[in-house]
Amino acid sequence: MSELTAKTIAELRDGFRAGDFSAREIAESFNAAVAAAKLLNAYTVETPEDALAAAEAADKVRGTGGLSSLAGIPLGIKDLFATRGVDTTAGSRILKGFKPRYESTVTANLRKAGAGMLGKLNMDEFAMGSSNETSTYGPVISPWRRKGSNVGLTPGGSSGGSAAAVAAQIAPGVTGTDTGGSIRQPAAFVGISGIKPTYGRCSRWGIVSFASSLDQAGPMAKSVRDCAILLEAMAGFDPKDSTSLDLAVPQWEANLSSDLRGKRVGIPKEYRIDGVPADINALWDKGIEWLKDAGATPVEISLPHTKYALPTYYIIAPAEASSNLARYDGVRYGLRDTPEGGNLDAMYSATRADGFGAEVKRRIMIGTYVLSAGFYDAYFTKAQRVRALIKQDFAKAFEQCDVILTPTAPSAAFGIGETTDPLAMYLNDVFAVPASLAGLPAMSVPGGLDGQGLPLGLHLIGNELDEQMVLNAGLAIEERAGFTARPEKWW
Amino acid sequence: MADTNAPFRIKGETGEWEVVVGLEVHAQVVSNAKLFSGAATAFGAEPNTQVSLVDAAMPGMLPVPNEECIRQAVRTGMALDAKINKWSRFDRKNYFYADLPQGYQISQLYHPLVGEGEIEILLDEKDEGSVRTIGIERIHVEQDAGKLMHDQHPSMSYVDLNRSGVALMEIVSRPDMRSPAEAGAYLRKLRSILRYVGSCDGNMEEGSMRADVNVSVRKPGAEFGTRTETKNVNSVRFVMAVVEHEAKRQVELIEGGGTVAQETRLFDPDKGVTRSLRSKEDAHDYRYFPDPDLLPLELDDAFLEDCKSSLPELPNDKRKRYEGLGITAYNAGVLTAEVETARWFDALLKAGAEAKQGANWVVAELFGALNRRGESIDASPVSAARAAELLGLVADGTISGTIAKQVFEIMLESGEGAADIVEKQGLKQTSDTGAIDAEIDKILAANADKVAEYKSGKQQLFGFFVGQTMKAMQGKANPQLVNERLRAKLDS
Repeated sequence: MSELTAKTIAELRDGFRAGDFSAREIAESFNAAVAAAKLLNAYTVETPEDALAAAEAADKVRGTGGLSSLAGIPLGIKDLFATRGVDTTAGSRILKGFKPRYESTVTANLRKAGAGMLGKLNMDEFAMGSSNETSTYGPVISPWRRKGSNVGLTPGGSSGGSAAAVAAQIAPGVTGTDTGGSIRQPAAFVGISGIKPTYGRCSRWGIVSFASSLDQAGPMAKSVRDCAILLEAMAGFDPKDSTSLDLAVPQWEANLSSDLRGKRVGIPKEYRIDGVPADINALWDKGIEWLKDAGATPVEISLPHTKYALPTYYIIAPAEASSNLARYDGVRYGLRDTPEGGNLDAMYSATRADGFGAEVKRRIMIGTYVLSAGFYDAYFTKAQRVRALIKQDFAKAFEQCDVILTPTAPSAAFGIGETTDPLAMYLNDVFAVPASLAGLPAMSVPGGLDGQGLPLGLHLIGNELDEQMVLNAGLAIEERAGFTARPEKWW
Repeated sequence: MADTNAPFRIKGETGEWEVVVGLEVHAQVVSNAKLFSGAATAFGAEPNTQVSLVDAAMPGMLPVPNEECIRQAVRTGMALDAKINKWSRFDRKNYFYADLPQGYQISQLYHPLVGEGEIEILLDEKDEGSVRTIGIERIHVEQDAGKLMHDQHPSMSYVDLNRSGVALMEIVSRPDMRSPAEAGAYLRKLRSILRYVGSCDGNMEEGSMRADVNVSVRKPGAEFGTRTETKNVNSVRFVMAVVEHEAKRQVELIEGGGTVAQETRLFDPDKGVTRSLRSKEDAHDYRYFPDPDLLPLELDDAFLEDCKSSLPELPNDKRKRYEGLGITAYNAGVLTAEVETARWFDALLKAGAEAKQGANWVVAELFGALNRRGESIDASPVSAARAAELLGLVADGTISGTIAKQVFEIMLESGEGAADIVEKQGLKQTSDTGAIDAEIDKILAANADKVAEYKSGKQQLFGFFVGQTMKAMQGKANPQLVNERLRAKLDS
């Protein structure tokens, strides 16, 4: 059944409906593949029985005409999403063993659409990281390797388990979350597609919060079409999330079109930065050609505040995180350390010192600092102002263009343990972060391989609510890039 | 009686001192559900039975504002003539404590829901000149915390989250009060208005209303001194005690060469003193910032109109209306102080009672009876309709005021109607001049000596003859007729 795991979600869906194979066969194929891929460390929990139960339900309904959009499709779920009765830990020791009695809105939507769950996917702790190395479960190993090398590479982060699972074909599609690039950078690192929709499209209810004003769920999959299918099922208004958008979910899949005639593609001059490998800039130029070939006209645009985006992000995101993570205090759930003879403060200190990893602690400290009396205006207020300017940059740019094309990340995947300087790590998201700050839809699609045989992604940023334009441009690139490279199985 | 208009002064060794008081009142909003979750809010439920996933701050849970809580706070602001901010925002106040599941309280620091307003207080109901206007700086809405229980286990503390997330209004006054009496009158008046509006039940024993009392002292006319804040004071009497004690303590401290520390203090009701809880240096840095889980609160005109139109007649307007009906200022004040009294009195008027007579009767007779019986006016055994019937019998001359008292006593016990009682017991007033004349003649004859004294100028004996006649007639004679007939016979 190994050929089933190679199929896209659209192919599985259509084949299942046509009676080419059963949902049970799909689930069993993936369950077996998951069980055989433990070396990747992509899953933190495997739930084969969940995938099978959903498959059996789908098989029963087949033929009655009442199939929902994801009937028979098993998915991997990032460990940031609360899943009823199944460990939900955000990759953190402080939540080890935590089994919520509730189901996140996004995963509930996927289940309603008929999807089953293969398991929970490894990730950077509380989604803080770009390499999956901050997880309490240890790093995910990318299925990709450099040409002629056995060095373990990172799948990127924070949705590293999600990315690796799709690339290694141990899930046909997965959920990710993106706060400052956590869907797009890992998608680029492993040669798959991933989209972060407009802020508010997907409910945040039941997703462990990192930075509330930036967090957004999205799908990662083998193809642009698969992303459209999954996003349609995930998105939708949720009265339980005040920041959720009260809008109908568009029919993104039905409206997919790679015909870009009359469309203008913005090329931001500020994204040509020093130190970016030539391969990446070359791919960017190719991307422009592909979109031209699809009928679009490239226009140079300016996003003048781009250079402030990363510092702004690293003030706002940690500030919100420092407050969002205050609830992990050992009082009601999760880890609790009570030092002998210690008081409440001692319990807090011991629990949080033991339960959080170094990167999470670093961000809590940064966040606490920028919100402190005397520093608040200099850092947090200033960052909010710059954020408004960055939004304004995009608003002006979209008067001149319909979609923006940039590289997804400034490098290909790097080796595990190779990047030890936090600031160097933060640079991974230099191209991804501005769209996050502006709340805009953005997507990474695979464009080609670099000189070492590693995937590189192209990044499309759309105007508010215009996921369709992003998906369509992504499709145009996908069709022209002809990216079919797959990692050679070593696991 | 003390002159309420004389300024309150603390006499120190270096002369007179003035006290400056501001109150921050936390009022629990009347609403079936908490501020940001659907959980219930009833007082006295079993611990941790009114806790939603949001209140317990489970991972990934998000707050959604409860419109009813916002509506109540807006109505309160309108009742205080305050500016309603159509755009406001929630901020997080960050600190760690076991009764605060999120690790932050959702409050409003930078952009409160309600801006400046004012409350008019009267220090002495009998003195129109004792009116003061106390400024309101702002009202914001925020979440309450849970409750720690230290007496359930020898080595552990328990947490009850039933109160966690319940909506509070924080009503912040200007430092406009200058005496314990003003602070007391302000709190009473605020409580009265909240209860009229129905936005807070004002139950201070259950903690649904509590005050942080800011006190400083200064030489009259000087700059403000350093203030202390005494937290969570839960009765009018205690607030007045805090002001009294803190003012005295601060004066003694300053005159003894010390300085007042800006600090948070606690009131010990048993000893009647305040003691230091934490100094400014130990104060938390709350790291307030806009709550990113919530959008700014934007109120439209239709919502504001709905809030406005749902406001009841408020104490000051009601009081003026009562005075316009000929009710004395004092009675009008008493009748409007508590919403239940005003509601009962309005029902009495609606049932046809004459205003002035009704007011006198309620303040003198009904209150007296209820006090004696230990009953509240809501639970009065005599309904407003029944009372109106009784007063009607007096007004139309069917019974005298004296008989009315007897009838009222019977009504209190039996629950019967006034007319029935009068009928059954034959208490109807008589205007039969023949019968009255006959009794008068007997009494004058039996008291010839007193008649002589009267005629020689001892006019005050007139009352004696009236009393004797009424007694002989078992109180049923029309007193006006008795007066007339007596005068005719004695003065002729």
